[in-house]
Amino acid sequence: MTALLDVINLQKIYPVGGGGKARGQLHAVDDVSFSIAPGETVGLVGESGCGKSTLVRLLARLHDPTAGAIHFGDTDLAGMKARGFARRPERAAIQMVFQDAGESINPRYTAFEAIAAPLRRLRGLRGTALQQRVEELADATGIPRALLGRFPHQLSGGQKARVGIARAIAVEPRLLILDEPTAALDVSVQVVILKLLMDLRQRLGLSYLFVSHDINVVRLICDRVIVMYLGKIVEQGPTAEVLGRPAHPYTRALLSAVPELTLEPPGPRPRLGGEPRSPINPDPKVCRFFGRCPDGRPACADSMPRLSPVGPGHLAACHFA
Amino acid sequence: MSELLRVENLSVAFRTRGGIVRALETVSFSIARGETVALVGESGSGKSVTAYAAMGILDPAGQVTGGRIVFDGIDLTEASEREIEDLRGREMSMIFQNPRAALNPIRRIGTQIADVLLRHGNIRRADAPAEAVRLLAQVGIPDPARRSRAYPFELSGGMCQRVMIAIALACAPSLLIADEPTTGLDVTTQAVAMDLVRDLARERQMATLLITHDLALASEYCDRVVVMHAGHVVESGPVAELLAAPRHPYTARLLAATPRPGIALGDLAAIPGELPDLRRAAAGVCRFAGRCDRRRDDCAGSLPPIPPGPLHDAACWNPL
Ligand SMILES: Nc1ncnc2c1ncn2[C@@H]1O[C@H](COP(=O)(O)OP(=O)(O)OP(=O)(O)O)[C@@H](O)[C@H]1O
Ligand SMILES: Nc1ncnc2c1ncn2[C@@H]1O[C@H](COP(=O)(O)OP(=O)(O)OP(=O)(O)O)[C@@H](O)[C@H]1O
Ligand code: SF4
Ligand SMILES: [Mg+2]
Ligand SMILES: [Mg+2]
Repeated sequence: MTALLDVINLQKIYPVGGGGKARGQLHAVDDVSFSIAPGETVGLVGESGCGKSTLVRLLARLHDPTAGAIHFGDTDLAGMKARGFARRPERAAIQMVFQDAGESINPRYTAFEAIAAPLRRLRGLRGTALQQRVEELADATGIPRALLGRFPHQLSGGQKARVGIARAIAVEPRLLILDEPTAALDVSVQVVILKLLMDLRQRLGLSYLFVSHDINVVRLICDRVIVMYLGKIVEQGPTAEVLGRPAHPYTRALLSAVPELTLEPPGPRPRLGGEPRSPINPDPKVCRFFGRCPDGRPACADSMPRLSPVGPGHLAACHFA
Repeated sequence: MSELLRVENLSVAFRTRGGIVRALETVSFSIARGETVALVGESGSGKSVTAYAAMGILDPAGQVTGGRIVFDGIDLTEASEREIEDLRGREMSMIFQNPRAALNPIRRIGTQIADVLLRHGNIRRADAPAEAVRLLAQVGIPDPARRSRAYPFELSGGMCQRVMIAIALACAPSLLIADEPTTGLDVTTQAVAMDLVRDLARERQMATLLITHDLALASEYCDRVVVMHAGHVVESGPVAELLAAPRHPYTARLLAATPRPGIALGDLAAIPGELPDLRRAAAGVCRFAGRCDRRRDDCAGSLPPIPPGPLHDAACWNPL
């Protein structure tokens, strides 16, 4: 199947340092390549600061990449400037849902206005056509029409999450990027939102890139998983493979840290101590996990491990995977 | 095991413009010395209010309207502000959800730890800085002498949380209340922080009240679980027993909504309805009734009480 999204050697470097002079280069996203097939749900996991939000902002063309290509359908989005992208037709095809729906919806907009805004801007809908489409979207995402006149602070967390989703699917995107959409919700509301997402995926043929801290949620809904560490993809593959047979030491450390709903007291588990290396001017020859890695050896500081196959569709970037 | 904290029929109400919020109603539970108890439940169920009431730091709009909080034989609802002030920080201390907000941004972290030691501990002024460095080392902060001179903004979220733990444990309290101590931390950092709290608790026979949304976290680190819903304790009991055979329909529903390995999305079910409005909730009756599929006519009768203690109990007329 041809990919819907094909990301090739994508890089984002932020100049850092004071006084107007850039003294360092912060490698937020470094040489990242992956693809997403039509209808596929891909999970993106990794610790805070590893570059997940930067990556998805590059894809949604909110930021300009330093280097690399983003092929979406037949177009290379990386060449288009973030400025002005909002008015291009490709804008509609990739939509984002942010973590805190309450914060990403303008507090002065009613639910109706929040859903209507992209329809006005990108589809030019007005009057009854707009009204009809917003109501249709409210129905599809389970928002009672009576709530459409409410402001965000008058809605529950789950209702706000629905408004965020309704707004994102309003212009019929092909790829929906979800940055921790359920992190602030109770488990009960989370179930409802996850089911809604899976239902929409089936009905609308959407692809999802799902950023999450919660491995148990990734396991529930993702076909494939990408694991990032300090700006780089360290492992990717089918969910069952990556979570069941993790090949990279960071993935193993991550999985062993996930609390389990156990009835027996858990046995001793390896823990990941220390702090990550600095993302500023990292040595291109040293594995980013070296120093913190329980399996690290001198070879890990001599050459950067590359993503290589370890199983069907399963890649890991470790010299000893 | 001897009892350290006993909360008995505690009721708390808040005066708000929209009416009186009956945030807690006849909440009872206890914690023995050295025991770790989890307080779980959905957002708004009253977990933080319970902790604040126990620490004597309720918002001025809130008032204890009934019941007792007995700490080591002292009734805190009768004690003077001075007595409570003395216990707080020395005998009982609390870790808050957002470590960065709880730290003073313009004071070096070593100084902040020393402040606590000087206020509550038996320590000479000259010895406080060295003791602060020792405490930072104890919570696993690398290069503690250098880090003690750092300001909070110079530390990662995980390190700030360890500093909070160091401060909370500075005076070797006999009770630690941790209110969602790992929210916002990575799971890898969460595991290290929770291991640390557990190991220190074991070493010092310290009791811990762990407030969390995460049943899995509770199951890994706690001896007992207290489940709250809409300001009521609906069930409490030993962790393995409660998770294997929940008795209250709410606990069962909460478990059935929790993602875990081996369970597909289709097997998970949301809890019907929403938390009732605590301004209108009738007094003394089950507040889950409106959401409950096991409800019977007698559920409108006054709620079966759960006495504080280690037994497995559910406040339900038709338990599982
Ligand atoms: N505008 C910016 N200028 C400089 N550095 C930045 C900027 N935005 C992000 N960074 C840095 O880039 C790195 C990646 O950050 P990013 O927000 O993408 O991480 P993340 O994986 O989304 O983390 P989290 O899980 O905490 O949301 C971090 O080191 C961050 O400090
Ligand atoms: N200062 C206050 N004024 C009015 N109502 C309050 C106040 N503090 C708490 N409440 C109410 O008391 C109830 C319990 O709140 P509490 O903060 O204890 O919930 P929680 O279980 O800690 O939730 P979360 O998991 O979101 O932290 C809620 O209905 C809340 O709105
Ligand atoms: S390459 Fe070395 S340091 Fe990097 S993850 Fe593998 S074993 Fe660890
Ligand atoms: Mg992010
Ligand atoms: Mg709380």
